[in-house]
Amino acid sequence: MSRPEARSAIVSPDRARGVDASLTSALYATMRRDLILLLRRPGAVLNPLAFFALVITLFPIGISPDPELLAIIAPGLLWVAALLAALLSLDGLFREDAEDGALEQLLLAPHPLPALALAKVAVHWLTTGLPLALMAPVLGVMLSLPLGSYGVLALSLALGSATLSVIGAIGAALTVGVSRGGVLLSLLVLPLYVPVLIFGAGAVQAAIAGSGVAAHLALLGALLAAALVFAPWAIAASLRISLNG
Amino acid sequence: MSLCLEARKLACERDDRWLFRDLELVIRGGEVLRVEGPNGSGKTTLLKILSGQLTDYRGELFWQEEPLHKARRDFLANLLYLGHAPGVKAALTPLENLAWYQALAGAGSAEADRMSALEAVGLAGFEDLPAGQLSAGQQRRVALARLELTPRPLWILDEPFTAIDREGVADLEARLAAHVQAGGSVVLTTHQALHVPVPMRRIRLGEGHGHVAS
Repeated sequence: MSRPEARSAIVSPDRARGVDASLTSALYATMRRDLILLLRRPGAVLNPLAFFALVITLFPIGISPDPELLAIIAPGLLWVAALLAALLSLDGLFREDAEDGALEQLLLAPHPLPALALAKVAVHWLTTGLPLALMAPVLGVMLSLPLGSYGVLALSLALGSATLSVIGAIGAALTVGVSRGGVLLSLLVLPLYVPVLIFGAGAVQAAIAGSGVAAHLALLGALLAAALVFAPWAIAASLRISLNG
Repeated sequence: MSLCLEARKLACERDDRWLFRDLELVIRGGEVLRVEGPNGSGKTTLLKILSGQLTDYRGELFWQEEPLHKARRDFLANLLYLGHAPGVKAALTPLENLAWYQALAGAGSAEADRMSALEAVGLAGFEDLPAGQLSAGQQRRVALARLELTPRPLWILDEPFTAIDREGVADLEARLAAHVQAGGSVVLTTHQALHVPVPMRRIRLGEGHGHVAS
């Protein structure tokens, strides 16, 4: 235990040693805490996956089991279902933190809020987007997705869902103070999801048609890069606005 | 260097009603500032403004003679704020809860520090139970353990005595007094009688203006 005099000394973060090290450990602790919370309550992780599987299972029953027809619509179906599954899980991204007071403590941490918010988004992608991308090829089999496009499907979803998480977090931050803000959140972010959907489904279609997929994947990567540059500041600003109200 | 948080001509309006107007306030090390007033008089709002969480106010705030919005990082590195909601995750154990606050405050990651902080607030033996299984008072004590864990000169505490038992109140009063005697400063709201053997000023909110009395 330090001496009382030291406990009340004014510190200046610029002069304090290891500013970067303390930010890294704050980011690590935030990610670790969110991962533990999700492990203790796996429902939040399993719900989007179950939704994804259910929707894809029902389509062949509802439309037609004809493999040729299904192969045509499979890329779009898989992408739309994955996008909606990711959207479903976004509502809870900041809500629990806002209710138990952890969010205001996050805002009062002496670290850049965009970085801390991005750590939370990274956990969301790790527990939603990545599992969805890994699961998609399995569901592709059910829709008779042609061989050779499974890798592109998983890769496009992994890249695209990261963009979805980052952009969706802006909407989740804006609606955190609104009770039952799920519909509002969907209306806010769905227009921004359209480009990701177009290039994501386009990549899989291109893989099936045998044309080059590099352009589509490059565009998905560019969307992710742009989102990573701008969205963290928007998320931070949205959180400040929400808690100000 | 002693701490100095200054408010000049602070005013805040909510729903066409002035919570306070022309509030002049200087918070320095070595004293307790107690914000008083009936329910709904704006105590929590004032504390949130002073901790830099709300921007919807008039007037100016200065930290160490610098405008607060410029010195924000500096200010936050010296502030410990405990809000109405304790900020304790029900699914995490007290140790895990504190680990996050420890890392967020840049206070290392030593488990021994967290254990001694929990011991200081009377939670030894409860460190590995999910906080959701603890009583409301014990959850509040988990939040109060941050006072031990992450040393900061300026404490802004919103109703810190809520749900705390009589011995806990005495312990917390002793902790506040020790902090102030060591040169720290405490701003708090409470509806309880406060017995601390250190200089204490009061602000009375209500009727649209704030009175500062010593």
